[in-house]
Amino acid sequence: MDVTVKNVRKEFGDFPALHDVSLDIRSGELIALLGPSGSGKTTLLRLIAGLDFPTEGAIYFGEDDASLKSVQERNIGFVFQHYALFRHMTVLDNVGFGLKVRKGRNRPAKPDIEKRARDLLEFVQLRGLEKRYPNQLSGGQRQRVALARALAIEPKVLLLDEPFGALDAQVRKELRRWLREVHESTGHTTVFVTHDQEEALELADRVVVMSQGRIEQVGKPDEVYDRPNSPTVFSFIGESSKLPVSINRGQVYFADRPLGLDAQGSADGEAELFFRPHDIEIVEDAGVAIVGIVAASRRTAGTRQVELEVGGAKERVEIEIPVDHPATAQTRIAFRPKRWSVFPSR
Amino acid sequence: MARNIRLPDPTTESGTVKWVTIAVAGLFMAVVLFIPLLAVFLEAFRLGAGAFLAAITEPDALAAIRLTLLVAAISVPLNMVFGVAAAWAIAKYEFKGKAFLTTLIDLPFSVSPVIAGLVYVLLFGSGSVLGPIFNSAGLQVLFAVPGVVLATLFVTFPFVARELIPLMEDQGTGDEEAAISLGAGGWQTFWRVTLPNIKWGLLYGVLLCNARVMGEFGAVSVVSGRLRGETVTMPLQIEILYNEYNFSAAFAVAALLALLALVTLILKALLERVYGRDHAGGVRH
Amino acid sequence: MSLAPSSRRGWRWKQPSVIPGFGLTLGFAIVYLCLIVLIPLAGVGWRSAALGWEEFWRIGTDARVLAALRTSFWTAALAALVNAVFGVIVAWVLVRYEFPGRRIVDAVVDLPFALPTAVAGIALTALYAPTGWIGQFFAPLGIRIAYTPIGIVIALIFIGLPFVVRTVQPVLEDFDREVEEAAATLGANRLQTIVSIILPALFPAILTGFALAFGRAVGEYGSVIFIAGNIPYVSEIAPLLIVMRLEEFNYPAATAIGAIMLILAFIVLFAVNLIQTWSRGRYGHGA
Repeated sequence: MDVTVKNVRKEFGDFPALHDVSLDIRSGELIALLGPSGSGKTTLLRLIAGLDFPTEGAIYFGEDDASLKSVQERNIGFVFQHYALFRHMTVLDNVGFGLKVRKGRNRPAKPDIEKRARDLLEFVQLRGLEKRYPNQLSGGQRQRVALARALAIEPKVLLLDEPFGALDAQVRKELRRWLREVHESTGHTTVFVTHDQEEALELADRVVVMSQGRIEQVGKPDEVYDRPNSPTVFSFIGESSKLPVSINRGQVYFADRPLGLDAQGSADGEAELFFRPHDIEIVEDAGVAIVGIVAASRRTAGTRQVELEVGGAKERVEIEIPVDHPATAQTRIAFRPKRWSVFPSR
Repeated sequence: MARNIRLPDPTTESGTVKWVTIAVAGLFMAVVLFIPLLAVFLEAFRLGAGAFLAAITEPDALAAIRLTLLVAAISVPLNMVFGVAAAWAIAKYEFKGKAFLTTLIDLPFSVSPVIAGLVYVLLFGSGSVLGPIFNSAGLQVLFAVPGVVLATLFVTFPFVARELIPLMEDQGTGDEEAAISLGAGGWQTFWRVTLPNIKWGLLYGVLLCNARVMGEFGAVSVVSGRLRGETVTMPLQIEILYNEYNFSAAFAVAALLALLALVTLILKALLERVYGRDHAGGVRH
Repeated sequence: MSLAPSSRRGWRWKQPSVIPGFGLTLGFAIVYLCLIVLIPLAGVGWRSAALGWEEFWRIGTDARVLAALRTSFWTAALAALVNAVFGVIVAWVLVRYEFPGRRIVDAVVDLPFALPTAVAGIALTALYAPTGWIGQFFAPLGIRIAYTPIGIVIALIFIGLPFVVRTVQPVLEDFDREVEEAAATLGANRLQTIVSIILPALFPAILTGFALAFGRAVGEYGSVIFIAGNIPYVSEIAPLLIVMRLEEFNYPAATAIGAIMLILAFIVLFAVNLIQTWSRGRYGHGA
């Protein structure tokens, strides 16, 4: 099922949570809504679900205008951050609930509901826990029950709000891989919200980066990581270093020195240079490069992270150098970013 | 493209259902609580303010008010000291049998006030062991003020403890341990660290305890003997006047107690604002 | 001193603590508890044991005593049931809705805790007597409220109202909105959500409130005796019978009835604890 978000705006009282957001989600896709807290990602998810309603704009499921439908009519599967399991029901009853509340001919017979619930529990690898209560399960198990419950109603779209947010690191990793497998075997259109970029990049077909109620960039994980289209995306995803530069006739200058970076097409004037600390090369020729003095360095696993003072100690940037590099405190290092972007200063 | 779709919020009811529910609850509250309260004051002033004043300044009524205040002046501090001590022992330490002790403290809430009176009649009445001993020492307990105080103590026993135990358990022992590690002694710790932390809860418990002390009827009526001007508290005075068909005088005294109840409720509501609903919502009163 | 902290490993009566005052506070609390509550209560047990089983049984099965116990029991149960229903509605309205006067209603819920029972008794009687404000509307229909068991039920509803409201209210306040949203996403309409999700979650609290209201109502005296009419075999409650026997200095009879009521009270107390333990073990929250 395609999902189309068209010019949606959402205000809570006077507070604008989303400004004119549009998004096309293709059938069967696994989409991550990624952003810091307050970026509007959960609001967008809830609007798609029908738990909240847009102030302006519309949401389409296929050709249908879903914004005319209540949450009950939309037939979506929603997995809540804290699972929201029904505490007084057994695991089996939790999973069967969505089928039990159907009306008339749509409601399967009791044995069929139970069979479907059992099948789903088997599918999420929780066989044997049917009679347990949510309180008697671990966090990871609760998460699986919540997913099985959402899948039971054969949803058109599966929506997950911070699905791994409440789990510890180990369980998180496992469940992440497992969710990918579930997605591949069920083929549901799936949207999940996360503030964890690693999770988004690893899991999603496409990542929607959000900030302050706007969509900053939509793209495949490689695209948003390698070609961030704004300073916000650059600094939010992955490690980044930033340097104030100026552009003059296609050349990038830092403190009046050319850096040997070709910025054809960028407008002249003040700008900000972004690069990844590991995407650099150390150069011998200090003439056309960024030159800095080592202010601090720390060893992390396979590399050494070095903080350099550049431009007369006014700026600091971080780069990664090989562990066998002889640099110590006060050593001068000249380097050039291999992959980088410049954005005009605001 | 502004659109006017009014879909129901999935976690609330429709406006109609909401207002019908509020109306049902309001009607129930009115019939059960508001109207009876109103009736007390209206009946008290039925014969005018003069009659009201005459009724509450009549010697027997004044004696009843004096006795009620005396009983409160003895019972409330005693139960307060007990409440603080019990809450300290239960909340600040881990020991076996704690849950059982808590249940025992709650016991008087589950016992009929009449039985609270009965136990003291059996203890000090004719045929008892203690009664003659106290009598020969010149101290009459039953059908005298000491009996009234004892029965009241029994009935209002758990109020302060009940209020303080959950509050002090929530606060944990960190503050006290810090004070002691800084060299404070036990009493210093209590006065300077613990008491400021629990003062609102304590006041709240004392308030409820006091309301119940002054209003206790069942237990007191069993042990009092109803000697006019001597062992008759305000609630008993109400009963006596009522049974003599002196309704407006009965309601006049009742109005005083109802006023006390209202003041208690208002103070309680204010306290809840001061120190948060969580610790002021005690249930088993 | 078997209670002193023993040097045996593994078992300790009390966890060590740097906070002083354990002996003093616990000692005082226990002595006071024994003096005011436990020893006097034990007297009832001792006196009824002294009666002998046969005498006890004779008093306990006396027709008038049985009638009084029955009246106390069913009026208390009915009143607690009414309170369970309306208490939930009141709690719901207070937690979920904003309306003018909400704070006042919330404060007045506790009135029965603060208002002396005798005051409530005469006020309710004045209202529900055949000539009273409310009673006058029922009298022409041939319905008498005061001086009948219906009057007892009314007084007991007054007494028990706060118990259900105050046990249900915090549970409803803590109830996770996400759970209701989850039910909605699964297709449940509002009524289905309330009936099959919210009410079952409130059930332990409702049951606890019911038991507390019932326990209080069974032993209630002050508010009932004015409105009940106290007609033997019809509207005479067990606590009143105790008072009457005491006034006749018939201590054995009073003791026996008192003992029966005490046992009833303990059963209620035990039931409440059982509900709490069961609910906590299964659902992870008390009531």
